[in-house]
Amino acid sequence: MTEGAYAHSNSQRHCGGVNGVNIDINQFVQSFLEESFEGLEIMESQLLGLKDDADTETINTIFRAIHSIKGGAGTFGFREVAEFAHGVETLLDQMRAHKRSVNPELVKLLLEANDCIRDLLIASRDGVSLNAQHIDRVRESIDELLQGPASADKAAPAPVAPAAVATAVAVSNAAEAAPEPEAEASPAPGAVTGFRIHFVPEHGILRTGNDPLRIFNALADLGELSAHCELDQLVPLDALEPEECLLSWQLVLKTEAPEAKVRELFEWVEDECELVIEALAAVPSADTVDALAEPAASAEERLDAPEDTGVADVHPDTVSDDGPTQDEIPAPKPADTRATPVAETAETAADTPTAPEHVASSAKRPPADTPKPDLGQARSTERRGGGESGSIRVNTDKIDALINLVGELVITQSMLSQIGEKMQNQENDACLEKLFEGLTQLERNTRELQENVMSIRMLPISFAFNRFPRMVHDLSAQLGKQVELRLSGEQTELDKTVMEKIGDPLVHLVRNAVDHGIEPPEARSQAGKSPVGVVHLNAYHKGGNIMIEISDDGWGLNRDKILKKAVEKGVVAADQHLSDEQIFDLVFAPGFSTADQVSDVSGRGVGMDVVRRNIKSLGGSVEVRTAPGKGSTFSIRLPLTLAILDGQLLQVGGETYIVPLVSIVESLQVRANLVKSVAEHNLMYRLRDEYIPILFLNELLGVPGTRAKLHEALLVVVETEGQKAALVVDDLLGQQQVVIKALETNYRRVEGLSGATILGDGSVALILDVAGLIVLGRQHSERHHQQKDAATAHTEAA
Amino acid sequence: MTMGQQAHAEHLENDLLLASGDGDQFLTFILAGEEYGIDILRVEEIRGWSKTTPIPNAPSYLKGVINLRGTIVPIVDLRERFHLEHLDYGPTTVVIVVRVQTERQGRVMGIVVDAVSDVYKFKSIECQAPPEMGSNVDARFVQGLATVDDKMVILLDIDRLLNMEALTEILSSNA
Amino acid sequence: MAKILAVDDSTSLRQMVVFTLKQAGYQVVEAVDGQDALQKAKATQVDLVLSDVNMPVMDGITLVKELRKLPAYKFTPILMLTTESGDDKKQQGKAAGATGWLVKPFNPDQLLATVKRVLG
Repeated sequence: MTEGAYAHSNSQRHCGGVNGVNIDINQFVQSFLEESFEGLEIMESQLLGLKDDADTETINTIFRAIHSIKGGAGTFGFREVAEFAHGVETLLDQMRAHKRSVNPELVKLLLEANDCIRDLLIASRDGVSLNAQHIDRVRESIDELLQGPASADKAAPAPVAPAAVATAVAVSNAAEAAPEPEAEASPAPGAVTGFRIHFVPEHGILRTGNDPLRIFNALADLGELSAHCELDQLVPLDALEPEECLLSWQLVLKTEAPEAKVRELFEWVEDECELVIEALAAVPSADTVDALAEPAASAEERLDAPEDTGVADVHPDTVSDDGPTQDEIPAPKPADTRATPVAETAETAADTPTAPEHVASSAKRPPADTPKPDLGQARSTERRGGGESGSIRVNTDKIDALINLVGELVITQSMLSQIGEKMQNQENDACLEKLFEGLTQLERNTRELQENVMSIRMLPISFAFNRFPRMVHDLSAQLGKQVELRLSGEQTELDKTVMEKIGDPLVHLVRNAVDHGIEPPEARSQAGKSPVGVVHLNAYHKGGNIMIEISDDGWGLNRDKILKKAVEKGVVAADQHLSDEQIFDLVFAPGFSTADQVSDVSGRGVGMDVVRRNIKSLGGSVEVRTAPGKGSTFSIRLPLTLAILDGQLLQVGGETYIVPLVSIVESLQVRANLVKSVAEHNLMYRLRDEYIPILFLNELLGVPGTRAKLHEALLVVVETEGQKAALVVDDLLGQQQVVIKALETNYRRVEGLSGATILGDGSVALILDVAGLIVLGRQHSERHHQQKDAATAHTEAA
Repeated sequence: MTMGQQAHAEHLENDLLLASGDGDQFLTFILAGEEYGIDILRVEEIRGWSKTTPIPNAPSYLKGVINLRGTIVPIVDLRERFHLEHLDYGPTTVVIVVRVQTERQGRVMGIVVDAVSDVYKFKSIECQAPPEMGSNVDARFVQGLATVDDKMVILLDIDRLLNMEALTEILSSNA
Repeated sequence: MAKILAVDDSTSLRQMVVFTLKQAGYQVVEAVDGQDALQKAKATQVDLVLSDVNMPVMDGITLVKELRKLPAYKFTPILMLTTESGDDKKQQGKAAGATGWLVKPFNPDQLLATVKRVLG
């Protein structure tokens, strides 16, 4: 092993070519991290559901999760993780063996340990430092538990000696720190030139797949080996059990290798043989036969006391009376003892259907899928990718569907080209009809293919939901509340990117629900409600969108309080007349949720306005419904994917542009009396009580031609991040779903554009980025002012 | 051709004769009467001119983007890139779609040229553009020179020529 | 070249084992747990089984017992991939009929050396 093999994650793990293969195990680290994060998810969700000792399957699942993490961590050089996980594993092993009882403190500690391992992994992955204090504290708690009696509430004392655990840890450290034994142990300086080995395997040794010949081959690799086979235990041929090994050997190995190395080769059969290894004195190139002769005699002596050999079924009589001569013995050499089994093996192999499709079908099964049907939730969490990796695990069904579709597409394509050829030769109506048929089919295939490809990026929302059981568990404990979290619609799918971005807003809303929504138990009891509050996360598809609802059965929003606060904060004017709906919507207003709302749990400077902004940036929306005393529901609407967008096609000059439908407030004809000129060049449009800057798209986008005449144009009022703008366009063309293509792929990001798409006629249309356009508009007018100022200055100077 | 260029061409031809082994293949095209070559391995396809969708606030030689089987491909007019007189696009106007390699990523772009000429295998390439070349092409973009039948071919380094940072640089100085 | 069945529920470790073995020229069949391994072993005769011990559905010890019941796998070498703390597992494995073990963590070189020792 090279030293780097156990280096920290950020350094190279490289294994050198002792065996002529050079393998960089870094390539598996990503995979290890992914599955470790998954394992931690499983561990966490199982811990949260862990009720008592009787729950052995849950404990086993947790144990396996931590066990795998430990194993991988050791292999891939995450030593700290491996060490930490070891303690956790030991605790779980004790729980598994019913030597330690499940109790809330233990679960809490394990949950904390879970967090520590995650932190350690992330720190190693990203090469950052972490809060060592917290980890040390948890580690100490684990050590304390391990060293103390296993469980106070168990009658049986802890059978696990703390010393044993400590030793195990030490061993693991030593194993990692110490180089290979052979690297250090040089041959003894004495005159040891080799070993005499007396090897008497048990008869059943072959049944564990241990072939003495292989051991001899390995020995021969260490030096010069001579072997003498002892046949004295052999039985007559008719009594011979082909599966038994009745031979024993005297071996002389001339080698410089240390005894440990020789013993290591017998490591697996130690319990299945009698083994004597004696160092050979420096007999300078002694005749091997001589060397063999003496031990052979001693072996015979040993045979006199069969009970010492541990071999029960020796038949010395048979052997000595009509023992077969060497010629008659079919299996005098170890190699031949395998003859029968090998033949049998071959036969069985021939009988077994090769069934390649069988292999293929089982290979298709995604490895992470647990076949246990009762772990519905665990299964969904299990597939969760760790961290922000760019990879995605895809259900094989989806891939299969795609392969089928591509197949159909190929058929359609060849069908069409055939028709094309026919049409070249003879034009007739039948061909034309067929062509249209083919085109229709192609269209269908293509659309299905697109949908299927899209679905590859889709993941069930459980990936975003699965953090909440833990969070609500911790939060309610912290706040002294009793909260039950209900999840539904977890299998509802949405785009992976949307999923990653909706996480934080969801966390905020769930925290809010627990912190502000749900009342303390006493208050609930007084109000005649169950002391246990309910927070419900629900997801479902509606149209081309996914809806996520966060409901609580708590106080409900207080209309008067919100209004009062909004007026205090200057969010609305005191005399402004607002509907209830508008008042509740104020919680999303910038500047509303600040200062006195800050608590340990919510707050932290992140207000609901940020939640709304984040959701809007995903092309979604959020609104709230509430009933006093009954609770509130926050509903989030999100597009299923960021790769497709509902767009409004606009015409500007001769070009077609697309504006996301979600950012359009309204479209209107220009009424000249509502256009106000601010500076000479800057125009505003009065829309009810607001003044909205007018953006001339042809100028901002550099479309040739002069400024559009306002009275002939249309205004499209758009809004993003609380800013509005009125886009001047020649015409509105229609609405359609468009597939977003990045301009960065072959060009670069362009200010004011979020990408491009391909229209039905094959031409490219650019998708406008409203926020970027507003920035462009500002820059444009500033530049205009500067030019004007410069011009004025010039005139004045002149 | 000036005397100096002739001498240079002969020099190159000698090189061609002396060199052994296979050379790289180049696709050549015509631009304002001069012949240019690009590594044929970089050529994805050759297609006729089709209308582009203009990109806002891009340099004038970036004619816009087209749809190439579902990918958005920017099109650079090489005449404008080399500050040559603009020629109206006609039936022979050709777009050569090339793969450009940058440090970070590969890009597919199209270049508009007057016409495609030929495919040559040059065994030797003069690495430095001689100062008397008198071409409109910035020496930075020239990978080398080669001669075929007394014709000089300017071999372009498309990675540098279509380097997005360089394109952007010009863009921001324009803005 | 010999065919090896690599069994581990941990994807990364299995990947490492499979990759290493393939690099060394072995044919490799993969399985994610004991059950899967048993099916695959029945479908294709392999020359060596390398199996993790702690696995869902069917653990490594059970796998060894089941394999040894099959005539085709009576003498096939089966190596357990165990952790350093798994001394009892080594013994259980041996009792079930395992040939030997390789202690985790191991690196590709150690893996190949062990495989070579069994397959020659």
